[in-house]
Amino acid sequence: MYPEEFQYTKDHEWIRVDGDTGTIGITDHAQKELGDIVYVELPNSGDQVTATETFGTVESVKAVSEIYSPVTGEVTAVNSKLRDHPELLNSDPHAGAWLIRVQLSNPKEVAKLMSSEEYEAYIREAESH
Amino acid sequence: MRYLPNSPRDREEMLRALGHSSIEDLFSQIPEQIRFKGRLDLPGPLSEQEVLELFQQASIQSTREFASLLGAGAYSHFRPAAVDALLSRGEFFTAYTPYQAELAQGTLQAMFEFQTLIAQLTGMEVANASLYDGSTAATEAVLMALRLTRRNRVVVARTLHPEYREVMATYVRHLGTEIVEVPYSPSGRLDLAALESELSAETAAVVIQSPNFLGVIERFSEISEIIHRSGALLIVTVTEPLSLAVVNPPAEADIVCGEAQSFGVPVAFGGPYVGFLASRDKFVRQMPGRLVGQTVDAEGRRGFVLTLATREQHIRREKATSNICTNQSLCALAATIYLCLLGKRGLKALAEHNLARAHYAAGQLAAVPGVSIPFGAPYFNEFVVKAPGNAEALLDEMRQVEILGGVNLGRFYPELADHLLVCVTETVSKAVLDRMARIYKEFVALRPAPAAASHPVGQEKA
Amino acid sequence: MKEHARHARQHITRDENLIFERSSPGKCGVDLPAPDFPAASTAELLGDDLCRKDIPGFPEVSELEVIRHFTRLSTWNYGVDTGLYPLGSCTMKYNPRINEVVARLDGLATDHPYAPADLTQGCLKVLHDTALCLAEITGMDAVSLQPSAGAQGELSGILMIQACLAGRGNPRKFILIPDSAHGTNPASVTTSGYQVRNLKSDAHGCIDLAELDRAMTDEVAGLMLTNPNTLGIFEVRIREICDLVHRKGGLVYMDGANMNALMGVARPADFGVDVMHLNLHKTFTTPHGGGGPGSGPVAVKKVLEPYLPSPMVVQAPDGTYSLDYDRPKSIGRVRAFYGNFGMAVRALAYIAANGGEGLLQTTQDAVLNANYVMRRLQDVYDLPYNEPCMHECVLSDRRQAARGVHTIDIAKRLIDYGFHPYTTAFPLIVPGAMMIEPTESASKEELDEFIEAMRAVAEEVDEDPEIVLKAPRSTRVSRMDEANAARKPVLRWKP
Repeated sequence: MYPEEFQYTKDHEWIRVDGDTGTIGITDHAQKELGDIVYVELPNSGDQVTATETFGTVESVKAVSEIYSPVTGEVTAVNSKLRDHPELLNSDPHAGAWLIRVQLSNPKEVAKLMSSEEYEAYIREAESH
Repeated sequence: MRYLPNSPRDREEMLRALGHSSIEDLFSQIPEQIRFKGRLDLPGPLSEQEVLELFQQASIQSTREFASLLGAGAYSHFRPAAVDALLSRGEFFTAYTPYQAELAQGTLQAMFEFQTLIAQLTGMEVANASLYDGSTAATEAVLMALRLTRRNRVVVARTLHPEYREVMATYVRHLGTEIVEVPYSPSGRLDLAALESELSAETAAVVIQSPNFLGVIERFSEISEIIHRSGALLIVTVTEPLSLAVVNPPAEADIVCGEAQSFGVPVAFGGPYVGFLASRDKFVRQMPGRLVGQTVDAEGRRGFVLTLATREQHIRREKATSNICTNQSLCALAATIYLCLLGKRGLKALAEHNLARAHYAAGQLAAVPGVSIPFGAPYFNEFVVKAPGNAEALLDEMRQVEILGGVNLGRFYPELADHLLVCVTETVSKAVLDRMARIYKEFVALRPAPAAASHPVGQEKA
Repeated sequence: MKEHARHARQHITRDENLIFERSSPGKCGVDLPAPDFPAASTAELLGDDLCRKDIPGFPEVSELEVIRHFTRLSTWNYGVDTGLYPLGSCTMKYNPRINEVVARLDGLATDHPYAPADLTQGCLKVLHDTALCLAEITGMDAVSLQPSAGAQGELSGILMIQACLAGRGNPRKFILIPDSAHGTNPASVTTSGYQVRNLKSDAHGCIDLAELDRAMTDEVAGLMLTNPNTLGIFEVRIREICDLVHRKGGLVYMDGANMNALMGVARPADFGVDVMHLNLHKTFTTPHGGGGPGSGPVAVKKVLEPYLPSPMVVQAPDGTYSLDYDRPKSIGRVRAFYGNFGMAVRALAYIAANGGEGLLQTTQDAVLNANYVMRRLQDVYDLPYNEPCMHECVLSDRRQAARGVHTIDIAKRLIDYGFHPYTTAFPLIVPGAMMIEPTESASKEELDEFIEAMRAVAEEVDEDPEIVLKAPRSTRVSRMDEANAARKPVLRWKP
């Protein structure tokens, strides 16, 4: 379910790191919790994002959720498909509905994140409450 | 009490079902020392007949026998009987905000129609489902511009309704937002040179009323170019939206907002009225207030829902675009019904009627020696008259024959002491207008006109 | 039936297009009087550049078509007149017809706000008397009727706290709000320039005094609470709560949305509240109108009186009324003119019809009704806070959620049983909340029917949850695709 090549945050974002670039999205668990996603607000290319700080919002019909960056760096690409097709976040959260790409300024931050195994345990724990 | 459906026996049975012997048991958790032990000192109880008599008494002490030439943000127009007949349907007026769409399609479709009518009238792409009134709509428009531009300075025409300016000041005082005023020119229109000198890279928006508080219609092509060059937004406020049936809408504006009371809502001593706010599609997520959207149900049938609710306080709480919860649904419904009744032709004909009547009245007054119409720019159904002498004395003369002759502008603009703002709608007959002109004449005849019949106004800034 | 006779089916009233789609050129729903003087043309008077030629798409229909259109639309609505409307926190009570009659009397409905005060004594007296009545009911010292609705009353009240504390030297930075509060509370606080600090409720759903003591620092301007709170529970330690806030230099704002629980029983001024608003459209029977107009008068203790919005209606020793603009400490205006005057007329008519005793009986019936519903449903629906309730009760869908049915589904199914749903998913501190406020306008007979319906739905959840999940079936339209509406907003008709 949760790709092993990703790292995860407690706020339900994922990141896939290739060299010094990270691709960031929200997890399948997050999209399920939100329900039908209707709008996504993202930064622009060139903006700075900071680890654990919010860089955008995801909206469902009756909820707004902040998205927190897993890492620090500069935004190099934004998934423009989401502007017209926010529903992709429901159908394809781990691939087609990536949110932004970031040029990592501190690749060591990634080490603090959860592995897929740890994340699965984390949401199992959360759900049992 | 006639409004309460429970009988004494019902109450007893319910208490028994709850295991209580007295109604007092249900209030026993309230500490004794803070219980109210007295009897509320209130009027009543009154029978329905007595209630009616009470308010009939109050309604006598009124201007109901007077002809009114008062406007200034509240306009007396004829209200077709169909408006109240439809508003009085309990399904409309006893319903709540349409959160449960399946049980509120009537309200929702009517609000969708209201949004469409306002967008058509203002020449904008999208309108909300109404706000409290014109003053708060203008204020919400300013707050919206502050969010959109992330700038913190607002330029306001001095000819924006004075009370609207006051409301704006109340709302932005704590945001550290600076409001500056731009004077009017001798024509009554905005002073463009002054506007240009007030604009800076910090200006979020310029708020201009048209027809402005002096009745004068602004011309927006040049204004908008100046404003947009600075990156600010142009907010146009309309307090007499009937004008939009004959005057080109401010298509250059970023936000058009105002008061729709003219459309089937009684003057009612200042409220309830109905504010509106229209803008561009690209700004919709920063708009305040309710929005109704079209969608389909599970079987694919067209229907309507409240939408983009994530902007609002009940979801976003302290991060909402506005603290507003309710709109003015029933007043917006009145406006919707009114606009549908009049329609394309009726609204235009009524607006032309107002326009012609106001110009007839102005012509009659201007013909009186010592009376002048100081502002030369085109106006709709409201204009300024320089009184031949003391304006209060002149108003008193008109009161004697049951005419409310206008608003004394000195109360809002010290430089316009002894100037009257006169509003002429279809509710004022030609006979009244002629009588008014006669009183002006007699007033002049009794008192020698002041030496300088007119001096240029509009240059000074208080 | 034949497809081409689509409109001629049994439910003709259920198939009404948008008015724009009914329009055809040349029709008009009014005839105007013939002009009684020669007039110049519009183009001459305005000049060609200003002159509007057309309003594209504007409707053209006859009077009868307008009547039918809106009459049909009205039948798709559910109102208090239709039946029980137990929408928690909204106080959907009967709207007396006499209120509508008196509000439309010539003079009251037609006086202009700028007509001279000595000619508008009737309107001024209505405003003055309404304010006096509200002061008596709340125990407060002064009332302004200017705020347009509850949220604007909140804003006015918070701005007054700010002005008062600024006058004492420091307006401070934060306002405390319990996590059970209405969404308008934090939104209004933010609009005022203060920042919100949330207060966690205790195990009884009430304010935690220890937590309040910790949170109430010298940076906090005050506490904004609702009493009874949004769980319908009376804050029994309210006196201590207010004393604590006062001791630490703050002021207490009360959201008066739930005043229907307290009329003649307890007065906020007596338990320590400094400033509050009332919702005339909740407690005092002015119609909700499908979402407004509301009216949110703000009531204050002496200490805040100088800061009330300007102008105020005052009475001279000779009995005449006037508007007082000379209020140097006022927070200013919050709207044009003097408030929703028409709503004051209706509220005063309601208060006078009841008198003090009638209002007390009203509160007693409202509280009795809510407790009756709560106790007769708590064996089938979870009751998260088992406390005596006031005018409303909050249940939850916890048991039904285990079968995949949530508060919104139960609400929708209730529609098929002929009732308007309760408030869903609020307050936020109760997951799956079902907030029920029957008001005094529900008879025992109707409540019994409602209770039976609620119990029947609970049975359906156990037996065949699909029925509940697919509800409603009895309405003109079924559940709306709200995601589609928000993803691709269509906010107006286009040709």
